[in-house]
Amino acid sequence: MNLKKTVILGAAVAGLLGSSLAIAAEQFIGLPSYRVGPYAAGGSGIFGGWIDYMQMINERDGGINGVKLAWEECETEYNNARGVECYERLKEKGETGNTVFQPLSTGITYSVLDKVAKDKIPLVTMGYGRTDAADGRVFPYVFPLITTYWSQATTMIKYIAGKEGGTDKLKGKKIALLYHDSAYGKEPHAVLEKMAERYGYELTKIAVAHPGNEQQSQWLQIRQLKPDWVILWGWGVMNPTALKSAAKTGFSREKMLGVWWSGAEEDTVPAGSAAKGFTAAGYNVAGDNYPVIKDIETHVYAKGKGNLEDKSRVGSVYYNRGVVHGLITVEAIRKAQEKYGKGKALTGEQVRWGFENLDLDDKRLADLGATGFLPPLKTSCMDHEGSGRVKYQQWDGSKWNVVTDWIEADKEMVRGMIEESAAAYAKEKGITPRDCSKEM
Amino acid sequence: MLYREAGQFKASYEADQQIFPILQDRVGVLLLIGFFALAVPLFADQYWLKAILIPVLIFSLAAIGLNILTGYAGQLSLGSAAFMAVGAFGAYNFMLRIDGMPFLVAILLGGLCAAAVGVLFGLPSLRIKGFYLAVATLAAQFFIVWALVKIEWFSNYSSSGVITAQEIEILGFAFDGPVSKYLLTLFVVVVMALLAKNMVRSTTGRMWMAVRDMDVAAEVIGIRLMRTKLTAFAVSSFYCGVAGALYAYTYIGTVEPEGFNLDLSFKILFMIIIGGVGSIMGSFLGAAFIVLLPIALDVTVPVLLGDLVSASFVSNLQLIVFGGLIVFFLIVEPHGLARLWQIGKEKLRLWPFPH
Repeated sequence: MNLKKTVILGAAVAGLLGSSLAIAAEQFIGLPSYRVGPYAAGGSGIFGGWIDYMQMINERDGGINGVKLAWEECETEYNNARGVECYERLKEKGETGNTVFQPLSTGITYSVLDKVAKDKIPLVTMGYGRTDAADGRVFPYVFPLITTYWSQATTMIKYIAGKEGGTDKLKGKKIALLYHDSAYGKEPHAVLEKMAERYGYELTKIAVAHPGNEQQSQWLQIRQLKPDWVILWGWGVMNPTALKSAAKTGFSREKMLGVWWSGAEEDTVPAGSAAKGFTAAGYNVAGDNYPVIKDIETHVYAKGKGNLEDKSRVGSVYYNRGVVHGLITVEAIRKAQEKYGKGKALTGEQVRWGFENLDLDDKRLADLGATGFLPPLKTSCMDHEGSGRVKYQQWDGSKWNVVTDWIEADKEMVRGMIEESAAAYAKEKGITPRDCSKEM
Repeated sequence: MLYREAGQFKASYEADQQIFPILQDRVGVLLLIGFFALAVPLFADQYWLKAILIPVLIFSLAAIGLNILTGYAGQLSLGSAAFMAVGAFGAYNFMLRIDGMPFLVAILLGGLCAAAVGVLFGLPSLRIKGFYLAVATLAAQFFIVWALVKIEWFSNYSSSGVITAQEIEILGFAFDGPVSKYLLTLFVVVVMALLAKNMVRSTTGRMWMAVRDMDVAAEVIGIRLMRTKLTAFAVSSFYCGVAGALYAYTYIGTVEPEGFNLDLSFKILFMIIIGGVGSIMGSFLGAAFIVLLPIALDVTVPVLLGDLVSASFVSNLQLIVFGGLIVFFLIVEPHGLARLWQIGKEKLRLWPFPH
């Protein structure tokens, strides 16, 4: 016992010394993770993948142009107040302060939204958060990268149109939106209604109260309505419950379309065979036969430095989403180093420029070993979203299979709504939008 | 040894009716307020002000609110977070819709909105008691959050139901830095805490306690139950409402209704249980305990064990330790931290020569 204690203490002291003796430049990234609570499955997967990717960059390349990545986790428990505490705690850490804040919680995103511009730390929200922040003129420090809820809603209608044989066939079709009764679940309403006007389908919105483990009455309503499609805008336990209730009601899972927070192994596996045939959107795909994942396996897991206890989760939807987070963060830092000096630790303000000038085309993605893993991405001062493309994956009972190519969002419609909403925000807060022609 | 309550004779009614009748208490409280108002802003950095002190103060205020209802008037409530939400959204709407609305008035009006809603949901308390009342206030918790999401007017038709607190400006001075926001919070909390301290020893407070101890007996001696219980709900919700408004304006900045969920209500309930049911000071101690302990664990546990076990284990371990400490405290001192302080004082009185 005593020996064990001594060893533990020694290791702790060595760890402390080791971290403080680093001489080379280090880029600090604060990770507001959540590994406990109702969303722990998502949190541990995403933050696990993200950390593994950064570990891989350190192991394989020795960091970004020699700048090692350093990180520290702060447990938020998916709680807004704890998230703010983590934000403040991580802010000043590292050589140049926190580089980027990505809370993976819409609530925490809103809680720090005003603070990031003042502290000059980019706030990156991939696939969640405030949609109209895609207007970079009003929100210089906020990046809802890759795609937003509104873009996703338009791709869903496109996907349905594709299945029905064209947008003209949508007329008179009945689409039910089964949504989590919260701010998150209400995000797509306006877009779907606007598209209903244009294409003439009939939209019925059915709310499910949090947490959504009881959906009898909703599915009764769906049975009476007999919709052609059900869009599942769920979260957590609501997803497997919806799939199971659909099976009980006899509604075809092939006609159910999930949002990207409904489309992970954690959503389908608990539903068992009821999930077979269910299709969901994703801005990253599942699977471990991509070079980037293989690199993580050789450089991280083979050396016993992996973050996940359960290695079988490597290649799952959430894990791969974490890899995307790591990849984009690293690329933004790399881009910023091109402008502000290679081999130096950069400030949040400098990395912000990197996020604003990301250009991950097919060639770059191939270099990164991530072709088809995430959509090509190009951001600018005007457009902080950068892509708007998603793929659809279908659950075959044991794994997710990609069934479409990247589907482009209805940019023209979404962009108009984004600008309108951002302008209203700018007016309310008295923000003068940046002039993008002057940004370089 | 520290000081004795006995032996300080009062020669006037004023002297006898002060909030703190003992000189040392008065000096102590003044020193404490002076320390937090003058010394802390000088030495504390941004992190301490923004992430530690402001939330502790705000939750202390909410805990005082719940303590008035539960600790003094004996009505168990699980709706504190919802009343905070009413206060936050109320203050937001007053600021938004009335030009030139002074900030302090807006948060008081927000508190009054919460008080009105509190009275409404307090009506069942006239018929139901104890755990059953807790269930009735649980309805308030769910209904209010639902209504704030459902009725878009409350959030000024924001697409996602969130509100962003406006800038705070009082008499031309903008409260935008951490120090000024901290001082503003401190001011409101200190004033309201002193008011609460005074209120619980007034007629109103004594009526609450009479109802808490035995409502039939209270009725027999002429206390009107309805009015007493409803004032308790009103005052309690008012405190929670003001705390909610401060939460939105001086702490988080942008809030969503879901942020004020049942978890938060439970947290406030734990604060008063840990701090001391029926004690104003206990509300502060409990809030500090519940807010600070998880943060302290999150800072220390990974440093101690970081490289030995996985991150998920570290996170779960914190929760286990947190829960374990709560159980430990409740076993050692079921009456909360305030009682510990009292015992400490009694012990010190005889120190260093106990019987």
